[in-house]
Amino acid sequence: MIHPKIIILSGYGLNCEEETAHAFNLAGGKAEIVHINDLVAGRKKLKNYEILAVPGGFSYGDDTGSGKAYANKLKNHLREELNEFVLKDKLVIGICNGFQILTQTGLLPGALKTNKNARYLDRWVDLKISGKSLWLKGIKKLSLPIAHGEGKYFADKNILAGLKKENGIVLKYVKGEICEYQDLEPNPNGAMEDIAGITGYNGRVLGLMPHPERAMFFHHLPNWPVRKEKLSRKGSPLPEYGPGMRIFKNAIGYFK
Amino acid sequence: MSCRVYIESAIPDTRAEVKKNYFNSLGLSVRVKAVSLADCYVIDKELGGEQLKKAGELLANPLTERAAEKLLAPKKFDCAIEIGFLPGVTDNVGGTARETLEDGLKIKFAPAENVYSSRVFFVSFEKKPGSAELEKIKLSLFNPLIERAAIKLPVDFKKDGGMDLVIPKVKLEAKTEVTEVNLALSDRELEALGKLGIENKDGTRRGPLSLSLDYLKAIKKYFDEQGRKPTDAELETLAQTWSEHCKHTIFADPMDELERGIYKTYIKGATEAIRKKKGKNDFCVSVFTDNSGAIAFDENYLITHKVETHNTPSALDPFGGSITGIVGVNRDCLGFGLGAKPVINIFGFCLANPDDRTDLYRDKEKKQKMLSARRIMEGVVAGINAGGNQSGIPTDLGFIYFDPRFRGKPLVFAGTIGIIPRKIKGQPSHIKKSKPGDLIVTVGGRIGADGIHGATFSSEGLSANSPATAVQIGDPITQKKMSDALIKEARDLGLYSSITDCGAGGLSSAIGEMAEATGGCIVNLEKAPLKYPGLAPWQIWISESQERMVLSVPEKNWPALRSLLLNRGVEAEVIGKFTDSGKASVKFGKEIVLDLDMDFLHNGRPIKKQATKKPAQTDSSLPFVRGGNNKKNYSKEILKLLSRLNISSFEFITRQYDHEVQAGSVLKPLQGAGRINTEATVTRPVLNSKKGVVLSSALYPALSEADPYKMAANSIDGAVRAAVAAGADIDNLALLDNFCWSSSEKPERLWQLKEAARACYDTAVAYGTPFISGKDSMFNDFKGFDADGKPIKISIPPTLLISAIGVIPDAVESISLDAKVPGDYIYVIGDTGNEMGNSEYSTMLKSGLSVETAAETGTVPEINPEKNYRSYKAFFKAARKNLIASAISISRGGLAVALVKTLAGGRLGGEISLKDLPGNWSENYQALFSENGGRILATVAKNKATEFEKTISGASFFRIGRVKTGADVIIFNSNKKIIASLKIKDILKAYRQSLGSY
Repeated sequence: MIHPKIIILSGYGLNCEEETAHAFNLAGGKAEIVHINDLVAGRKKLKNYEILAVPGGFSYGDDTGSGKAYANKLKNHLREELNEFVLKDKLVIGICNGFQILTQTGLLPGALKTNKNARYLDRWVDLKISGKSLWLKGIKKLSLPIAHGEGKYFADKNILAGLKKENGIVLKYVKGEICEYQDLEPNPNGAMEDIAGITGYNGRVLGLMPHPERAMFFHHLPNWPVRKEKLSRKGSPLPEYGPGMRIFKNAIGYFK
Repeated sequence: MSCRVYIESAIPDTRAEVKKNYFNSLGLSVRVKAVSLADCYVIDKELGGEQLKKAGELLANPLTERAAEKLLAPKKFDCAIEIGFLPGVTDNVGGTARETLEDGLKIKFAPAENVYSSRVFFVSFEKKPGSAELEKIKLSLFNPLIERAAIKLPVDFKKDGGMDLVIPKVKLEAKTEVTEVNLALSDRELEALGKLGIENKDGTRRGPLSLSLDYLKAIKKYFDEQGRKPTDAELETLAQTWSEHCKHTIFADPMDELERGIYKTYIKGATEAIRKKKGKNDFCVSVFTDNSGAIAFDENYLITHKVETHNTPSALDPFGGSITGIVGVNRDCLGFGLGAKPVINIFGFCLANPDDRTDLYRDKEKKQKMLSARRIMEGVVAGINAGGNQSGIPTDLGFIYFDPRFRGKPLVFAGTIGIIPRKIKGQPSHIKKSKPGDLIVTVGGRIGADGIHGATFSSEGLSANSPATAVQIGDPITQKKMSDALIKEARDLGLYSSITDCGAGGLSSAIGEMAEATGGCIVNLEKAPLKYPGLAPWQIWISESQERMVLSVPEKNWPALRSLLLNRGVEAEVIGKFTDSGKASVKFGKEIVLDLDMDFLHNGRPIKKQATKKPAQTDSSLPFVRGGNNKKNYSKEILKLLSRLNISSFEFITRQYDHEVQAGSVLKPLQGAGRINTEATVTRPVLNSKKGVVLSSALYPALSEADPYKMAANSIDGAVRAAVAAGADIDNLALLDNFCWSSSEKPERLWQLKEAARACYDTAVAYGTPFISGKDSMFNDFKGFDADGKPIKISIPPTLLISAIGVIPDAVESISLDAKVPGDYIYVIGDTGNEMGNSEYSTMLKSGLSVETAAETGTVPEINPEKNYRSYKAFFKAARKNLIASAISISRGGLAVALVKTLAGGRLGGEISLKDLPGNWSENYQALFSENGGRILATVAKNKATEFEKTISGASFFRIGRVKTGADVIIFNSNKKIIASLKIKDILKAYRQSLGSY
């Protein structure tokens, strides 16, 4: 079995690198957390990895706009390596702050702006999957948590038309199991056309606001206690993993 | 030469829209029609035209923003308001912009050059506004202690070509000299020195030393023996080191017959007795000696916990006080042993009702107005948001508690749980020791004038003399970079021998404490990294600028550590060496700043014998109950109770705190389909271990004036009970104590303190729950002036926050509060009492009564720890057998509130009967609303009921009803009559309404 190597960026306030690495490792990959300065200084090389993950976090405290300062650093020092990486048969994922960074670098189109109530928000959302993304293969719907202050997706007409043409809008907020369960509105942040995630480069690059790594275990689900109770009364075993694991498994599976 | 770059939104700006709604909620007489805003960067450095253009590109998102060198006003507006920081206040946005420009333009800013951020709001109204409207809006946008505001009308804006250029650069006279302080003074002059601080040459004072007369006399004696006068830095250092804030003198010194003082007798004494009794089952590893307390997690890890308060700063600058509270306590975690990784944050706020409109002033002339209750609430909530979220630490458990007596000084609790491998490089990780010859290294943020006199100022009440420099704004990202580099890299490479937090007292405290291990230090402050030039040596030495740790580094490791930190964007500097000279020596260049015997510094403080006095009971301190309040139907009262601030949902806070980062979340702070705020949470801090950490907390300030002993006992029982209901084993629970008192110079307050501490001993020993860490804050009084300029003093009710922490074998065996399956039985475990004094229900009834009627008195609940222990043990046994479907601690609002939370939590109906409900209650309202401790409400599957009842047979329990399908909650009295009938949707509406608009 092949264990693809995953590079997970860290530094300057990114903060989801450890759990993202854990999820990739559970899915059968070999994850390595690399500080951006080690890439900038050439101590580590992007080309030695199959998957690049820009994890969630709060790079530079969202100062001057979420993802902007970290993206500037990537563009100033690693533009060529990044361009090379995305053009190859490799995978990239940007989660939450990582998605914001990917849009600020221009690797993915659009922008993530201040939530509709101008406040940071942590909750679960339901997602409908469409379009083509190698990361989301075989998944039709999914529930994941979000936690962000600037997650309202924005694109102008041209970008939107382009995305639609290329089936690039892959994740949309919808009313599903968790919204029903906790009586929540489907679109948490006012995102244009309910967009939660988009893809580029033939489905190899995925950017999404929700956090699949925070849904890697069954006990991450907001309704796990009631599900557990009902399963155990039926004598059924408890699942170990949560819905987010499928995304990481898809990525590892791609290199098998 | 300086220049400005403005960033304006090219698309509709949510931030502006939300601001508009906010302005319109202020009660203006003219409505705001539109708001737009621009971010401004003042670049205090010479840039060429091309560079300036590139700067704009770096700072703007090309799709959604425009950069401009000139501020473009909207076509129509009524005023433009610019809000920026005052000189020296931490400006994180400016700092990031500067880094962005340095990296993107490949330029370097000189030490005196910088980038400053500000924001301009353009506001237009539906009708022409008066100056009162403009003033109200301006005041809502800034805090004059840390920020500046400039307002311009369109005509001036046009004439001046925009807003005036302000460069908030710190300009200090270079006054690096050391001055001597004359102590040959009269008692009165010495007292003034202690109270107002060292006199500058111009006659102004430097701010409170909070040194009492006997302390000053001891200092004078020491220096007389040395044959010289103290330097300013020496006096400031002694003030910091001997402060109530740092030495906890009230807890440490003898009190009445207690020669060892209340801390050693009752708090540490309890832990010692419990550990002895537990023997080989003792799970404590490091208690009271380090920045946090630690217990065993498993064979590989320790788990640490510490809860701090940040009250006085939060009264003045709620946002800054609260953010520095949370990032500060994070450093108590980083500073545990060789450095623990923060894995969970907790919070708590004691506030006045945000609708409280009382105006308070710090001065008689009414120039220094205190912030409104609403601003304080919004500020402290936002501070934990910024600090916790930006640091990537889940902020999960928390509470909010309201009482008018918190109007003068709010309480802000912030806690951090950490995880650390038991061994690092083969050595126990909780033991650290600097060695003589080790370098003193300061890491992280730079030093400024911010945070001077924080420790001494916390040791006094809040008044007009409280220095504004005592408040600071945190910079979580600087700390995050430092934390990652230390805890995730340097620690495991064994690059340093000891580490501590640079918190209250700054370098003077941190180095002073670490030097105790070796017996001395020599420091050169000229090497200390500064935010700006011009700080005097004493200021550098005691500044409490944030985001700093002090390391002790073996000389051979310094090059490796230095290069590692440099690679991670973290600043570090060697400022001295630890020695065994017996002296703390500090220099600035060649000048001697401080030269004190270590022994005098740490042990020279005169020990005071404190006397207490039992206060006479007054009408206002007697607990209130409403006798004979039997009604036919309690439905309305239950809904009213649910909407009370102390019971209602605070989802708006929970939702804005990231409680799922690090992926350890198991039992979340909002539970069930009904999203009920919980009193306990469970987390898996190590992703490849099944074990869970249970956290809970409780406080009962409403009981303290009536009976401080019972108040403390209830606080302990409350925290323990909430943890047990979530699945914790009482035999594996540890406690933390946070005493927040007021007017502690008064013997009556000390008596209450002693009583509360005595209850801590009795209750904790009976429960076998050791204290592992604690903190106190003794002077939570506001002394100022009311709206008429009359002197007013507002003292908080004595408050004890008890936090509990425990480890459970399997996190997924924890129990949530929501009812799960129709048909399940509902049980009450524990006896229901009739002591209704100062319960939330009684307080609700009291609020509408005249003074005479309000004089009805009763008693407050007594805790029976031996009986409760047996119940909790039996409950845990049932939990481990997986017999319990849901459980909730019966706390504020009593059985009725616990029941409706359980059912609304599951969005299921249910019926209960009060018939044969165990306990000595006699009236229905007592059964419904009594808050006496030791009780848990649980639901159990029908087919598990027999085994459940067998397992729990050692406890008092009763099956009171069942969960049903549908949406009706019905309560019967003992005679089968319906006394309450409620709909789930009404329950949730009442529960969410009071704070729902925030």
